[in-house]
Amino acid sequence: MEIDINRLDLEFQAKIDSGKTIEPKDWMPEKYRKTHIRQISQHAHSEIVGMLPEGNWITRAPSLRRKVTLLAKVQDEGGHGLYLYSACETLGISRDELFEQLHSGKAKYSSIFNYPAVTWADMGAVGWLVDGAAIMNQVMLTRTSFGPYARAMVRICKEESFHQRQGFEIMLSLCKGTAVQKHMAQESLNRWWWPSLMMFGPRDEESTHTEQAIKWKIKLKTNDELRQQFVDQTVPQIELLGLELPDPAIKWNEERGHYDFGAIDWDEFWRVVGGNGPCNRERLSARKEAWEKGAWVREAALSYAEKQESLREAV
Amino acid sequence: MNKSLYDYLILLGDSPLILGHRLSELCGHGPNLETDIALSNIALDLFGQVRNWFQYAAEIHGEGKTEDDIAFLRYEHEYRNVVLTEQPNKDFAWVIARQFYFDAFHYSLLTQLCESRDERIAAIAAKSIKEVTYHRRFSSEWVKRLGDGTEESHIRMQNAIAHFAMYKGELFEETNVEKEMFSAGIGADFKLIKAQFESFTNEVLNEAGLEIPQIDWTQRGGKQGVHSEHLGYILADLQYMQRAYPGMQW
Amino acid sequence: MKKEWPVWEVFIRSRSGLDHRHAGSVHAADAKMALENARDVYTRRQEGVSIWVVPSASITASDPEEGGELFEPAKDKVYRHPTFYDLPDELTHM
Repeated sequence: MEIDINRLDLEFQAKIDSGKTIEPKDWMPEKYRKTHIRQISQHAHSEIVGMLPEGNWITRAPSLRRKVTLLAKVQDEGGHGLYLYSACETLGISRDELFEQLHSGKAKYSSIFNYPAVTWADMGAVGWLVDGAAIMNQVMLTRTSFGPYARAMVRICKEESFHQRQGFEIMLSLCKGTAVQKHMAQESLNRWWWPSLMMFGPRDEESTHTEQAIKWKIKLKTNDELRQQFVDQTVPQIELLGLELPDPAIKWNEERGHYDFGAIDWDEFWRVVGGNGPCNRERLSARKEAWEKGAWVREAALSYAEKQESLREAV
Repeated sequence: MNKSLYDYLILLGDSPLILGHRLSELCGHGPNLETDIALSNIALDLFGQVRNWFQYAAEIHGEGKTEDDIAFLRYEHEYRNVVLTEQPNKDFAWVIARQFYFDAFHYSLLTQLCESRDERIAAIAAKSIKEVTYHRRFSSEWVKRLGDGTEESHIRMQNAIAHFAMYKGELFEETNVEKEMFSAGIGADFKLIKAQFESFTNEVLNEAGLEIPQIDWTQRGGKQGVHSEHLGYILADLQYMQRAYPGMQW
Repeated sequence: MKKEWPVWEVFIRSRSGLDHRHAGSVHAADAKMALENARDVYTRRQEGVSIWVVPSASITASDPEEGGELFEPAKDKVYRHPTFYDLPDELTHM
């Protein structure tokens, strides 16, 4: 029996190595199922928690055009969460269970959303930096081994590029505007820069799961590789905006062919991941409250559907 | 400037503006994801309509006025939305009751405006009616789900309908501008709107097992610029950036 | 254990003439809501002219374990493919 499982494991990995996709009803190692439930649900939770920092600026958007594009973006994030929950559910877990994991604090979501969005410029910085960082991961994932996850990511990637462009355009308007607007933009960049770098996770040497993740095509590059790529592509964008670099240690290194940058405050990283960031409690309680307050609504809809069904059957 | 036409466009745009504002407060806080997305869609549709009405109004006004000047820089008494739209998101039943009454009115209004002698108004109405047909369907289905769902949802929905019944009267109040527009073949027949509204809403409420409230009087004043206490807070949010950072491009 | 809204699979015909393609799933309490949710979630960018929703529980799927007997035999029967037949180059319209 044990030999059989090993053989199945090997065949399974060979399938992935040959570029085949794993679908929900295929045999899969229990570890694969569990890892994907964790990975996909965390991604989904990040999307819906991510609606909160930006959602709170919709009513205060400074123009009608900004209002509708921000609302559309936040709505998209809800939609992305939905695609991902749907993909996760194919692995044999219910939406209710997934929310229970989020609300109880058992499941994680991207730590970046534990930071507050306190100025309008943050709408620019978040769209530009946070979505920019997310896109880097997301493009990789369109080729991941688990079919429903890969297909959800294809959908998401199509919609994501508008998000980053919208954010950058907000920054551009501010930087081309008055001194007080430019100051708002600079201040926002300064605040969101380090948390954005932290989005890529701990240093490679402290990152567990990486090897397995690469084998299952959840990761194609390591945390540090992606982080470096992000810095390299973003620094020229900062310069285009005419803003000051948020990190004085950023410097082009001709030898490496990359930008050098300063040390991340890993204490802050672990503290926020561990639940003690500025907004962790608020974010969770907002989601919990929405879900709990909505219980009677969901029950009512089910009850109505059942009644209608009985009426139809009685005819 | 054709002041009557301008005032009329303000009337057409302000209610969707304030209602859209209330709906956008809900983004990320809905009873579930699917409903959240649906409500955001409605808000987006309404803001799209607002932009159409206000862009036209801005052109009529001339002197470089923009849709944003109109949306963000008026004083409280210059907004002409019905007070129904200012009501808060107390619970989902309130959200649906508010939407249901507004959609029933909005649908009838826009259907008629599709035949407006003013080509621009007719075009905007033609585009908007498709969206509002969907809104009306959405809100009336939820009235039925909540009215005939569980005991709790029935009570909440009944209370919400009872509350909002006081507000629907203002929807049929014809201001002088609207009388003028109707005479000119540009606006809508309020008698017809009211008749269609009552017929449609009564049918849905009956189907939902909800009592049709008998009300003696109407909350009103919005169309004359006399609002509830809610509007002040709404405007504080809505106008904040434009007031705190005046005269800038965003 | 509270009851959840059931899951519905969503199929969208994106343009006239094309097949309905599986787009994903939504939760809904009934069929009408499923259609509307599908429309709100999957056709926001005008990606649809027609939507089908089916309760996931109603879908019968082939068992991947039976892939051998269901699908492999077709691989051997190459005479179903036009390229199997060796025909002269001068032959046209075929």
